[in-house]
Amino acid sequence: MTTELSVRVEDKLFQNRYLVDAGRAHIKVRPHDVPTPALRSLLTACPARCYELNDKGQVEISADGCVECGTCRIIGEPTGDIEWNYPRGGYGVLFKFG
Amino acid sequence: MIEERFDAIVIGAGMAGNAAALTLAQRGLKVLQLERGEYSGSKNVQGAILYSEMLEKLIPDFRDDAPLERHLVEQRFWMMDDHSHVGLHYRSDDFNEERPNRYTIIRAQFDKWFSKKVQEAGALVVCETTVTELVQDAYGKVIGVRTDRPGGQVHADVVVLAEGVTGLLGARAHLRKIPQPDNVALAVKEMHFLPRETIEARFNLKGDEGTVIEAVGTISRGMTGMGFIYANKECVSLGIGCLVSDFQKSGESPYQLIERFKRHPSVAPLIEGSEVKEYSAHLIPEGGYKAIPQLFGDGWVVVGDAAQLNNAVHREGSNLAMTSGRIAAEAIFQVKSRRDPMTKENLSLYKTMLDQSFVMKDLKKYKDMPTLLHTQSQNFFLTYPQLVSKAMQNFVRVDGTPKVEKEKRTLKSFVSARSWTGLFGDAFRFARAWR
Ligand SMILES: Cc1cc2nc3c(=O)[nH]c(=O)nc-3n(C[C@H](O)[C@H](O)[C@H](O)COP(=O)(O)OP(=O)(O)OC[C@H]3O[C@@H](n4cnc5c(N)ncnc54)[C@H](O)[C@@H]3O)c2cc1C
Ligand code: SF4
Repeated sequence: MTTELSVRVEDKLFQNRYLVDAGRAHIKVRPHDVPTPALRSLLTACPARCYELNDKGQVEISADGCVECGTCRIIGEPTGDIEWNYPRGGYGVLFKFG
Repeated sequence: MIEERFDAIVIGAGMAGNAAALTLAQRGLKVLQLERGEYSGSKNVQGAILYSEMLEKLIPDFRDDAPLERHLVEQRFWMMDDHSHVGLHYRSDDFNEERPNRYTIIRAQFDKWFSKKVQEAGALVVCETTVTELVQDAYGKVIGVRTDRPGGQVHADVVVLAEGVTGLLGARAHLRKIPQPDNVALAVKEMHFLPRETIEARFNLKGDEGTVIEAVGTISRGMTGMGFIYANKECVSLGIGCLVSDFQKSGESPYQLIERFKRHPSVAPLIEGSEVKEYSAHLIPEGGYKAIPQLFGDGWVVVGDAAQLNNAVHREGSNLAMTSGRIAAEAIFQVKSRRDPMTKENLSLYKTMLDQSFVMKDLKKYKDMPTLLHTQSQNFFLTYPQLVSKAMQNFVRVDGTPKVEKEKRTLKSFVSARSWTGLFGDAFRFARAWR
């Protein structure tokens, strides 16, 4: 199993430039009581750690730091766990180097 | 949005889209290219190695003004365990040639330049516009696109889907399936800035010479994956990617993986004291030949990563993207010149031409490789690197043990880890997949 390294993703994301489309999340999690294994895997697989467990044990997303890699889409769209879109044109992450 | 009708609409301004739009515009077609990012490249991530040959076919004099970093004179392959690496190191002064074969680039900057060439050739390039849907007629023929701009519907004879590996449109219109988790790798990457002289000293380079390191081993923790370290002029691109399905299974986190890679004793000295200016992530198509979807239909073609045209064995993607984009455009131009309609039948010319190119020939050659590496990941990415490293240590450490005994010990460690049948089986399977 994973041994935790002290890595703060927030520090990594802090380097990036974003234009956040306030109030228009481009990814949504389907309401659920108990997360499916696919949904649960997003807690660790998302490289920007956008997925977190809330205190009711449900998976929530806050997509502000999303780097638009598409991993959660590949995992969660076919199972119906999430609804995935691109941000509106011009919004989202803005790579200076890429 | 835009009232007029176009000969072709190209979705996406990455390597494939830019190659297609450029080729179409150069041949006098009326082209609209749509890109969701603020500028071409603002959403794109790559290592990145640029292969000259495929770009030269599009822009012969690209060296005059393209933003290139370093031309490569050296390639290193590392097989790593937790404390060491065994390396193959190829360096040749032959690569200090007048028209170098490979360069490192920074994608966001390169794409911006590429896009300027597309505009100069006469294509209409509209950024900050996400295409939300393909417009199809009653018979399923693609006749245009809908965008997120008000009244944003535009029509064209043919649509070139150059939307990259996470392309939504083709999948939504049921032209192809979305990639399976075991057909795509997730790569995370950081840009480490250092003074130019420091990079040159650490990587043993002078002037604009460059080097790249590709690494496999325990760094991917038993997952099918690879790390990379590329020297640019004033920064080092460093990253690691593994199959999405392996991330799912292992519960490993991508950011922990890259952190561990950075702290490895072979890697840390190369980036010591650097300033990290960007953290990015992107998928890479890894399914190879068997994962290639239907490439053309009534009113559409698909090119580049969206079509899984990516050679994971050789870490080549952008050159396949550029080549498929160019070939698709040439096929469209031929159909157009004959005044034929953009039907599935006529557009099959794209596939015929692509089959004759290195793109399909290379992917076909390695058609069994993805399955082999994916199913044997523990052996290839964990067991063997550890065994090789132990064997090397045994070989170089001088401790009074007679050499005959050392060799016996090394052989024994291989056989006990994989058994004779295992070893021969792996070698056989590998050779067959490579052939
Ligand atoms: C970490 C990493 C390292 C790599 N290293 C190398 C390397 O060293 N050498 C190499 O040759 N290849 C490498 N590759 C592969 C290479 O990056 C890809 O093969 C190549 O970028 C594919 O080009 P593309 O045009 O098909 O897709 P992309 O470059 O991904 O372009 C797709 C474009 O379409 C746009 N788009 C998508 N959907 C829409 C929409 N609905 N509306 C509007 N715009 C849209 C996107 O914003 C994007 O600009 C690497 C990839 C990664 C991730
Ligand atoms: S697209 Fe990538 S970065 Fe964004 S939420 Fe999904 S997994 Fe995380």
